[in-house]
Amino acid sequence: MLEAYFPLIIMVVFGFAVAFIFMLLSQWLGARRGTKEKQTVYESGMVPYGNARERFSVKFYLVAVSFIVFDIEVVFLYPWAIQFKELGIVPFIAVLIFIAILFIGYFYEYKKGGLKWD
Amino acid sequence: MDLFEIIFYFFAAIVLVSALVVVLSKNIMYSAFSLLFTFFGVAGLFVLLNADFVGITQIMVYVGGILVLIIFGVMITTKVTGVDIKEGISGKLQYAGAGIITLLTAIFLSLMFINGKWITGSSTDVHATIHQIGTLLMTKYILAFEAAAILLLIAFIGAALIGRRKA
Amino acid sequence: MNDLLLTIIEVLIKGMVLVTFILLGAAVQVYLERKISAFIQGRIGPNRAGPFGLLQPFADVIKLFMKEDIFPKLAFKRFHQFAPVISMGIAIVVYAVIPFADPVKITMADGTVKEIVMGVAPNLNIGILFILAMTSVGVYGLTLAGWSSNSKYSLLGGLRSAAQMISYELSMGLAIIGVLMICGSFSLSDIVTHQKGWFWHWNIFAQPLAFIIFMVSSFAEMNRTPFDLPEAEPELVGGYNTEYSGMKFGMFFLAEYSNMATGSILLILLFFGGWHLPFPQEWLGLQTGSIALGIVQLAVFLFKLLAVIFFIIWVRWTVPRFRYDQLMHMGWRMLLPLALLNIAVTGIILFII
Repeated sequence: MLEAYFPLIIMVVFGFAVAFIFMLLSQWLGARRGTKEKQTVYESGMVPYGNARERFSVKFYLVAVSFIVFDIEVVFLYPWAIQFKELGIVPFIAVLIFIAILFIGYFYEYKKGGLKWD
Repeated sequence: MDLFEIIFYFFAAIVLVSALVVVLSKNIMYSAFSLLFTFFGVAGLFVLLNADFVGITQIMVYVGGILVLIIFGVMITTKVTGVDIKEGISGKLQYAGAGIITLLTAIFLSLMFINGKWITGSSTDVHATIHQIGTLLMTKYILAFEAAAILLLIAFIGAALIGRRKA
Repeated sequence: MNDLLLTIIEVLIKGMVLVTFILLGAAVQVYLERKISAFIQGRIGPNRAGPFGLLQPFADVIKLFMKEDIFPKLAFKRFHQFAPVISMGIAIVVYAVIPFADPVKITMADGTVKEIVMGVAPNLNIGILFILAMTSVGVYGLTLAGWSSNSKYSLLGGLRSAAQMISYELSMGLAIIGVLMICGSFSLSDIVTHQKGWFWHWNIFAQPLAFIIFMVSSFAEMNRTPFDLPEAEPELVGGYNTEYSGMKFGMFFLAEYSNMATGSILLILLFFGGWHLPFPQEWLGLQTGSIALGIVQLAVFLFKLLAVIFFIIWVRWTVPRFRYDQLMHMGWRMLLPLALLNIAVTGIILFII
C-alpha cells in the first residue's frame, strides 16, 4: 500500500511547494508602493461602507447540509458500484431500496418547495 | 526507523499539532482552517493502515462536506478574532463542563485503548480493500446499509424543517 | 534506501514535467481562448507579441509577476496570502493520479526491461475518487479568498462558488457511478483499458445520460460559462479574486485553466476512451509497450484534449450565463434525480443483457 501511495505523498508536497514559491515570488518581484487609497477594498469607486463580514443568507448553509446527506449516500454507493458485476441482483435491489428511502426525503423537500433558490 | 515509521510520525504530528491549534487558537477562523489539516492527517493515517477507501471517504465527507459547513457557520458569525468565552459565572461553568466532558472522554478512550482487541499482524500484502468493503456491505452488513439510509433520511428531513421554520 | 531515492527522483522528475506542461498548457489555453473568442466575434485577437501573438501569454505572465502585490488594509493577511496557494496546489496535485498512456517498456543498458508508467501514480486503486476529493478541497481556496479579502464582492463570489461547487459535485459523483458499474474499478487506467478497441466501446455510448450530467457538472466545477457566476463580471466585478493583484491573481487564473484541462481530461478518460484510437490499435502494427505506440497514444490523447477544450471555449461564446436560482434549480432539481435514475436504469439494463 505504501509503495503505491508514496509517489502521491511526494507529489502533494511538490505541488504545494511550487504554489508556495509562486506566492513568494509574487511578493518579492512586485513593487511595493501601497497607498491608503490603494489598500481600500473595491466598491465601485465609492468609499467602502461598513464591514463585508456581515451576515449572509442562511440558504448557503442549507445547501451545505443537504450536500452532506447526499455525499454520504454517494460514498455508500461507490463500493457497491465497482463490485456490481460480482454481486448480482439482491444487492442491486437493496441499493434501489436505499435510493428510494432517500428519495422520500428528497421528494418531501421538493414538494415543500425546498432545494431551490427563491 | 524505516520509511513507514517516518511517514506515520509525520502524519501523527500533523494531526496533533493542528488539533491543538483547533482547540487553543483565539481566532475561530484559524481553528476551522487547521481542522482541515487534522482531517488530512487522519486520512493519511488511514491510508497508512491499508484502509485507502476509508481515507478517501474521510476527505470527501469531512473535508468536502462537514468542514465547508463549519466554515460557513464561522463566516456567518461576525466576530471572528479574539472571541472571549470566559465571561462571568457562565464562563466558569463552561470551563467546568468542558473539563468534565474532556476527562470522561479521555477515560473512555483510554479504556477502549487498553481493552480493545488489536489486530497485530503483518499488513504488508493487503490491497484493494474497496472490493471487499463492497462485498461485505452488500451481504453481511446489508441491514446496516439500509439503516444508514433511514438515518440519512431523518437527518435530511430534520435539516429541511429547521431551515424552513421562519420562512 | 537506494530504491526509495530512485522513487523520489522519478516522482520529482515526473512532477517537474507535469508542472511544466500545466503551466505551458495554461498558456496555450489562454492563447486559444483569446484567439477563438476573437474569431467568433470577428476580431483579430492578440497579434503583437511574436508571430500570430503566440508569445502573448508569456508576456502576460511576466507582467503579472512584476505587478504590485496589493493587500487590502482590512484583509485577513495570512488567509489572503494562502488562498491562491491552496487553489494552485490542488490544481497541480490532481494530476498525480491521471494516466496519459499505456505503460512503456524500456530496455535498460544491462538488458533488463523496465516498465515506465505514464503518470505519477496512475494505478492507484482510488484514482477517480482522489480527483473528486481534491476538487472538493479546491473549494477552500475560493472561499478563503472571498472571505479574507473583506470585500463584499469577494465574499459573495466566494460563497457562491462554494455552494455551486458542492451542489454540482453531487451530480458529478453520482454520474460516475454508472461508469464504475460498467468498468468495475476506480483506477483511471483500468477504466480506459476497459474502453479499448472499436469506438463503440467508449463509455459515451454505454452511458449517454451519465455523460451529459457529468459534462454539465464539470462545466460548473470548472466555473466556466454558462456557470461562471462566482466571477460574473457584470454583477460581481471579479468575484472571489476582486482584491487580488499581480501573480496571486495569476495563480487563481492558472488554477482555473489547469482545472479546465483536468475536467477535459476526465471527460476523455471516462467517456471517450482515453488514449485509444477509434479503431483497434493492433491495426497500427506497433508492439504493446513500445515507445512508438506510447507516442501515438500521447498524440491521440492530446488531440482529444484540444478538441474538448475547443468545445468548452466555443460554449462560452454560445450560451448565456445562468441566473443563480436557475443554477441551483438545475443542480438540485434536475441533475440530481436524473443521476439517480441513471444508476437504476444502468443496473436494470446490465441485468437484462
